[in-house]
Amino acid sequence: MGKKTDSELIIDGIRLDKRLPDQTREIKMKVGNIVSANGSAEVAFGNTTALASVHGPRPLFPKHLQESQTGILRVRYNMAPFSVTDRKSPGPDRRSVEISKVTRLALEPSLFLDDYPKVTVDGFVEIIQADGSTRVTGINALSLALASAGIPMTSLVSACSVGKINGTLIVDLNGMEDNNSESDVAVAMMPDKDIVTLLQMDGMLTKEELLHLLGLAKKTCGKIYEMQKNALLEKYRGEE
Amino acid sequence: MMETYALELIQSGKRIDKREFLQFRNAEIKENVIATAEGSAYVKLGNTQVIAGVKMNVGTPFADTPNEGVFSVSAEFTPLASEEFESGPPGEDAVELARIVDRGIRESKTIEMGKLVITPGEKVWSVFVDIHIIDNQGNLLNAAALAALTALLNTRIPKLDTEGKVLRGDYERKLPVVHKPITVSVCKVGDKLFLDPTKEEESVLDSKLSIAVMEDDTICAMQKQGNKGIEFAMLESMIDIAIEKSKELRKLVK
Repeated sequence: MGKKTDSELIIDGIRLDKRLPDQTREIKMKVGNIVSANGSAEVAFGNTTALASVHGPRPLFPKHLQESQTGILRVRYNMAPFSVTDRKSPGPDRRSVEISKVTRLALEPSLFLDDYPKVTVDGFVEIIQADGSTRVTGINALSLALASAGIPMTSLVSACSVGKINGTLIVDLNGMEDNNSESDVAVAMMPDKDIVTLLQMDGMLTKEELLHLLGLAKKTCGKIYEMQKNALLEKYRGEE
Repeated sequence: MMETYALELIQSGKRIDKREFLQFRNAEIKENVIATAEGSAYVKLGNTQVIAGVKMNVGTPFADTPNEGVFSVSAEFTPLASEEFESGPPGEDAVELARIVDRGIRESKTIEMGKLVITPGEKVWSVFVDIHIIDNQGNLLNAAALAALTALLNTRIPKLDTEGKVLRGDYERKLPVVHKPITVSVCKVGDKLFLDPTKEEESVLDSKLSIAVMEDDTICAMQKQGNKGIEFAMLESMIDIAIEKSKELRKLVK
């Protein structure tokens, strides 16, 4: 959905999809949509849709991977071949290997895995439709899935992207903006603790711009956090 | 055992090798160490050893950048470098390291990719940087980024014969490298910040923030690593440390 373009991405402070610089796309969240999993969630940021499921805690084999003092989290981030304009060949590539790792590191600090020695909690993120900001959408979904699987956690993890297009600092890059940005930054936080668990940036930014973007990201993660809590309440209120 | 000792020392404001918290180990950089490569560098940072080699091949451009060369960084964590490294395809740590080095160089537009076109839309130079880890004694990323940059700075583009075949060992010009981005990883244990961890220190750190900085202090890439989070309020001081240290490390790169 997002090709290279030479045209302006922001005109008179309004982005091509009519958003203001600090405005996210429409965000939708749903918890518990995959019954075969111990926990699951679907999160959409505009046209980017991520499904996440959690299997476990479950026994970990081969045995030599087990940790005697703690459980481990394993994460696979994957993009469906049909999720992008030009078909992506299935299976892991270098990008998804790296994103799987940073997604795991973004969520690990929120979990009490010490309660589960020798077992694994397996988290899976599938991007079924991609229009930018897929890794942060996946992190939001997987944190909800972990919560709905009942994995003890100190906080939900909320994530968003921020960046710079045509010299303007913006929130929640879509695919077109991502591919033509001067810089993009992916941030995940435990908003109620002010702890950053994911921070990736590329492109050129001065320190002042970077700090401004981090401030925008913090504010946005706070909003997403409230939406995640509501999505969980929605699910479990219905079950009582 | 050594790990626990290293952790206790950091918490009490000291380091296992008596360095200051913001002091790098001694760095030794050698250029042109591999005769078969178009550019190369050897970096020894303390006891960590890394070799970067650059190979130049003729390739086809990507469809969305028909008038630019191709750039790629790979890393191999060879089993000779550490008991923890296994043979086989690159694992997630090797992939992550290569991608961080790649972004630091790519995003800063360090190589003038527009000057690597042979036939517009059809034939361009592909720049392959391969990072080989020889001995892992901590802080592979900073050593690898230094090695990759140094190797690119001494890379020469081979001549082509009349049929367009690469004449190895015969050079036409230098690779157009116009910037010197420097990657500094700021490590964190509790509220203590330090640089250039040894292998023992690396195994006990909470988190680290790796930041690539340009000559004018612009930041061109960043990656948080490690199992724990970072307090939002600490980010600015970590960025400041990286900017300051990058100036000193850049002097090592010719």
